[in-house]
Amino acid sequence: MGKFSKNGKRGMPELNTSSLPDLIFTMLFFFMIVTTMREVTLKVQFKVPQVTELEKLEKKSLVSFIYIGKPMQEFQKKMGTTDRIQLNDKFAESNEVQDYIYQERENMKEEDKPFMTVSLKIDSKTKMGIVQEVKQALRQAYALKINYSATQRM
Amino acid sequence: MAKKKRSVPGINSSSTADIAFMLLIFFLITTSMDTDRGLARRLPPPPENEQHDDIILKERNILQVKLNKEDQLMVNGEVGFDIKQLKDKAKEFIANPNNDENMPEKHKKTLPFFGDVMITEKHVISVQNDVGTSYDIYLQVQNELVAAYNELRNELAQSQFGKSFAECSDDEKEAIIDYYPQKISEAEPKKYGGK
Repeated sequence: MGKFSKNGKRGMPELNTSSLPDLIFTMLFFFMIVTTMREVTLKVQFKVPQVTELEKLEKKSLVSFIYIGKPMQEFQKKMGTTDRIQLNDKFAESNEVQDYIYQERENMKEEDKPFMTVSLKIDSKTKMGIVQEVKQALRQAYALKINYSATQRM
Repeated sequence: MAKKKRSVPGINSSSTADIAFMLLIFFLITTSMDTDRGLARRLPPPPENEQHDDIILKERNILQVKLNKEDQLMVNGEVGFDIKQLKDKAKEFIANPNNDENMPEKHKKTLPFFGDVMITEKHVISVQNDVGTSYDIYLQVQNELVAAYNELRNELAQSQFGKSFAECSDDEKEAIIDYYPQKISEAEPKKYGGK
């Protein structure tokens, strides 16, 4: 009775944060393992089609990417809204694809060159005309192993 | 000099969390989580290296799949073909189980594990699309055709080796692939049906 303290100031026990860095490091390692470095900043928007017969892309170092889709909102003023090709970090025309493949192949190790794969990330609403142009360019450049990027259909 | 016992002051580690956070955020921004998967295909080499483009194929050996700009399908002259039936149609065409006269002819071939078998070696599935065809339907068609091959190979692996195609050894896989060789040809795009 009457055990209330007069000044009302009760000491709050301090939270032990010494294991916080360990927690964060665990998260860090998780993200480092499950994610991959983003190679380019996307300038086109695409939603890949859904299919059932998927194969995984092996060995990221052997893969070159070609993106086709509508330019992102911020580029639409300059580039319009028709489907465009993106190689590396910039917009390109289909006649530049061949040079791009040669360049990518130059950067590879000699023994890896026959295994070069080109991943085509193409928006599902794209018309085949532009895709066909890219495919012809790839044939000319002898980049015959291709992979149409897609997601699993349920 | 008397040895004094000196206590080492503990290093203040309260900022390690902040450093780790910064690293974490860096990795979150620069990496992407997308697993890259897709439909693997092989393009034919450029035309000048092909011996002859006009190899005469018997009509029974070709399954013609055409796509127009309205994304409609035509299979062997049958207009308005449903894509859901394409896989079964392709499977029947590739395997020709009943030795149909209108389906690809069979040739005798000696394969490891199988011995002498009759296979439809000369069949070709020709996919032709219009410039205005959407990429989505094109890939769906490709997917159905690849699915037809995969299912046939799986069925063969089940009956011959009692396991799925993916579980087979490399030699077994090779024999199965020789049994059902994938022959999807893509013709140059044509413009038909107006502009």
